[in-house]
Amino acid sequence: MSDALIELQDIHVRFAHQPVLEGARLRVRRGEIVTLIGPNGAGKTTLVRTVLGLLRPDSGRVWRKPKLRIGYMPQKLHVDATLPLTVLRFLRLVPKVDRARAQAALAEVGAEGVIDSPLQSISGGELQRVLLARALLREPELLVLDEPVQGVDVSGQAELYRMIGRLRDRHGCGVLMVSHDLHLVMSATDQVVCLNRHVCCSGHPEQVSSDPAFVELFGQDARSLAVYHHHHDHDHDLHGSVVKAHVHGPDCNHKHA
Amino acid sequence: MPDFLLNALLAGLALALVAGPLGSFVVWRRMAYFGDTLSHAALLGIALGLMLEVSPTLAVTACCVLLAVLLVTLQQRQPLASDTLLGILAHSTLSLGLVALSFMRDVRVDLMAYLFGDLLAVSGSDLIWILGGSALVLLVLIPLWRPLLAITVHEELARVEGLPVAAIRLAMMLLIAIVIAVAMKIVGVLLITSLLIIPAAAAQRHARTPEAMALGASLIGLVAVCLGLTLSWFEDTPAGPSIVVSAAAIFLASFLLPRRAV
Repeated sequence: MSDALIELQDIHVRFAHQPVLEGARLRVRRGEIVTLIGPNGAGKTTLVRTVLGLLRPDSGRVWRKPKLRIGYMPQKLHVDATLPLTVLRFLRLVPKVDRARAQAALAEVGAEGVIDSPLQSISGGELQRVLLARALLREPELLVLDEPVQGVDVSGQAELYRMIGRLRDRHGCGVLMVSHDLHLVMSATDQVVCLNRHVCCSGHPEQVSSDPAFVELFGQDARSLAVYHHHHDHDHDLHGSVVKAHVHGPDCNHKHA
Repeated sequence: MPDFLLNALLAGLALALVAGPLGSFVVWRRMAYFGDTLSHAALLGIALGLMLEVSPTLAVTACCVLLAVLLVTLQQRQPLASDTLLGILAHSTLSLGLVALSFMRDVRVDLMAYLFGDLLAVSGSDLIWILGGSALVLLVLIPLWRPLLAITVHEELARVEGLPVAAIRLAMMLLIAIVIAVAMKIVGVLLITSLLIIPAAAAQRHARTPEAMALGASLIGLVAVCLGLTLSWFEDTPAGPSIVVSAAAIFLASFLLPRRAV
């Protein structure tokens, strides 16, 4: 409890008299990856916007750790084609960032090659990484990622999820992410919160996937999908080349919550 | 150089200087129609200024600011799209201004001067307003530059990162309102937006940074003012439209130069 970063209780939100959230709750602790899943219209984005302070709920309690630094990676970024902006300049919109820091952040997400490219010219996968680098430059205590793998191909998605796990280990931050995708995310998260206007079920991935509420929401098929442990002796990076896998073992000095 | 020409030149150059960076934001944020609406409302400001016997520059600024606030309020309260709202506000304020002016039978108003500008009639006191207004806009714009860029790139990201987005947007609208009040004397309400967007659009093709585009737009504006006044002086053409024509010619010419390699 003492290392909680945010805690939301009994959140109610209505848009145009339609209930979007009815008594949702959420807690993210330091060093913990929490994934919000749920069908379309379940209120995932609304809950995330509440966490970010972009939206004031109609009722409910929102507690944030005092002076919580949030790194936010939005779902998409549209910059007008007439605005001449390089990736470096985009990252330098965060105060006190110089070229060296921007370069280091890009290297951390594997996108150091695009530093001088115009922001509008890089690919969707590169843009996701640049957005992640920008969130990291804030030295966040909480990373909030709204569908971080959108527009990235399947092998790239797995790589991006692994990267998020590594970043959590290195920076010790809490991570809150939204995902549509069931099986890839299950192996990459500590806590799953299954949302359908209220929290249907939550807990460790194994626990949740056998929960009757989860099965009811995602159908019987989801059971076989849900816990999908990937056993490979190698991995692929975003470009498809083979990289050495990180095997969890007793020597790992990161914790799993 | 006769005094009236010097006044005209200084006024035009001051406006071109501030129109560059501000016009770049108008282009990036797709606010051209917004600028147009404010400038149409400026005529209502003139009418109100004459009625209440206050300085027209002050009345126009106040009128633009009120309109900007009204627009933001309307956007939040009802579902009509922004461009519909802008169309309603632009033409109803312009018409209201014309109707109000027609009621003032004892005041002789040179309508053409307000619609298309009368740069060669800029007086010493006008010049002080124009220089003061331009300097104020530049001074406010400098510390506001990075926050404005940040909200132009992604408003919600900027909010999460702790920027007061609503205040920054309001400040930007105020700056545009001041520029319009200043520019009205120079190019008139119907042509103001062109001085904001044409130089910025011409600079866009060859700029690699936001600052380069803003400075390039200022430079192009300065050249357009000089060309337009020269044309007006030798060929006796109306000064404001001559400046706009010069700017448009530079915009077309910018396509002749090869785009800078990225």
